Amino acid sequence: MAGDPVAGDTAPEIGVLALQGDVREHLSALRAAGASPRPVRRPEELAAVSGLVIPGGESTTISKLAVAFGLLEPLRARVAEGLPVYGSCAGMIMLADKILDPRSGQETVGGIDMIVRRNAFGRQNESFEAAVEVAGVAGGPVHGVFIRAPWVESIGAGADSLAEFQGHPVAVRQGNLLATAFHPELTGDHRVHGLFVAMVRAAGR
Amino acid sequence: MSSTPTSSTPATANPATPETGTARVKRGMAEQLKGGVIMDVVTPEQARIAEDAGAVAVMALERVPADIRKDGGVARMSDPDMIDGIIEAVSIPVMAKSRIGHLVEAQVLQALGVDYIDESEVLTPADEVNHTDKWSFTTPFVCGATNLGEALRRISEGAAMIRSKGEAGTGNVVEAVRHMRRIRGEIGRLRGLDNHELYAAAKELRAPYELVREVAELGKLPVVLFSAGGVATPADAALMRQLGAEGVFVGSGIFKSGDPAKRAAAVVKATTFYDDPKVIADVSRGLGEAMVGINLDTLPDGERYASRGW
Repeated sequence: MAGDPVAGDTAPEIGVLALQGDVREHLSALRAAGASPRPVRRPEELAAVSGLVIPGGESTTISKLAVAFGLLEPLRARVAEGLPVYGSCAGMIMLADKILDPRSGQETVGGIDMIVRRNAFGRQNESFEAAVEVAGVAGGPVHGVFIRAPWVESIGAGADSLAEFQGHPVAVRQGNLLATAFHPELTGDHRVHGLFVAMVRAAGR
Repeated sequence: MSSTPTSSTPATANPATPETGTARVKRGMAEQLKGGVIMDVVTPEQARIAEDAGAVAVMALERVPADIRKDGGVARMSDPDMIDGIIEAVSIPVMAKSRIGHLVEAQVLQALGVDYIDESEVLTPADEVNHTDKWSFTTPFVCGATNLGEALRRISEGAAMIRSKGEAGTGNVVEAVRHMRRIRGEIGRLRGLDNHELYAAAKELRAPYELVREVAELGKLPVVLFSAGGVATPADAALMRQLGAEGVFVGSGIFKSGDPAKRAAAVVKATTFYDDPKVIADVSRGLGEAMVGINLDTLPDGERYASRGW
């Protein structure tokens, strides 16, 4: 279970899954958005946070390390009990119930009723940045940085698409779970992390 | 400082149409590799073993550095068929090496669709004066460095990621340690300088003042810093991370060892838990034989790859 319930104006303790990926950028974005962030690599560290970010990185690597170090089942259990989790890029893949083209043995945490396609926008030469309107994020479009990014191939009734690009959902929310195909942590714009911190605060009340 | 000003600094505007090849997209790609291991592979089968072991990327090349050393001769970009085969075999990013200053090899690698180009001293340099103008490419570049000035010169040419050079193909981590300590030490010294002193420091480092000032402010390079050249064991990888590397390249160390699949997975785990000796001890058990190393004092000067590039 989570530690102390999150009070209204204290900084919620939010973990960043630190097996591999751009952990530092998420830690600093969370700090800027008013959270008290910390890296999480072990089950006991996961048990102590009231929210979790799964960062960008290589989804196959993160998946294999999560299995090898006994984090996958604890992650699934905490998601099932309502832990707020935000995943960007590889993190979006980890939150998908299903991957269209998984590598052998590639497991996800799941929780969002969607099928994702890995590297859907292409290889690195096709990686791009573009403005994206995200429902629930006020103040104009966010700067979407898409790096070998996935898109959402299909989405179930339980999940809401918050943003689309080229006809595919690229930001999705289902209950306490949030996922983006792009990397707000690379932009210095902390509004998406702000939305997630608000979700963590709301879940703690 | 850049021939293509649009990509010299991260964009701040909100483009309505997608922009590719920006500095943010190139540098951001390397940010996604952090905490990971990039492995040299020479066949699609090796690439699959690397991916299954949890590598974040593979470096496709014809011969690992240990064999380049053994065979001698001119070492060049790999055969396009071989690179295609590896791109086909895995879903993780694929990197490939061009010779220093060989802009056409780099153009070919970009046309093949590799995800990162390593302008590498492991291959025989094609130009003894100039490195490739990396701003003019959509594909990002990683370059080696032995010290901070060299790293900043490569970044000023457009490199989106830096690795220590080490001494590739030796299985001896001593040069990687030397280069990483030097780069980190020089960054630390810049932190202690005031604004007046930074101009002289830039001159001393033979690096652009703007980059020197940026490093002094950040306390780190403006791009991701990995380690390479001589990593052969899980403990080597963890050592490089404790010394400040954000991830590691492993060249000959995996596929020149007794049990590549097991060693590859062990190096990946040790890179993530680099600060947990119990994990490193566990993964280091029963790995079979490590690659046979080379003592650097037996290596003639002409065979030291780290002295290539400037």
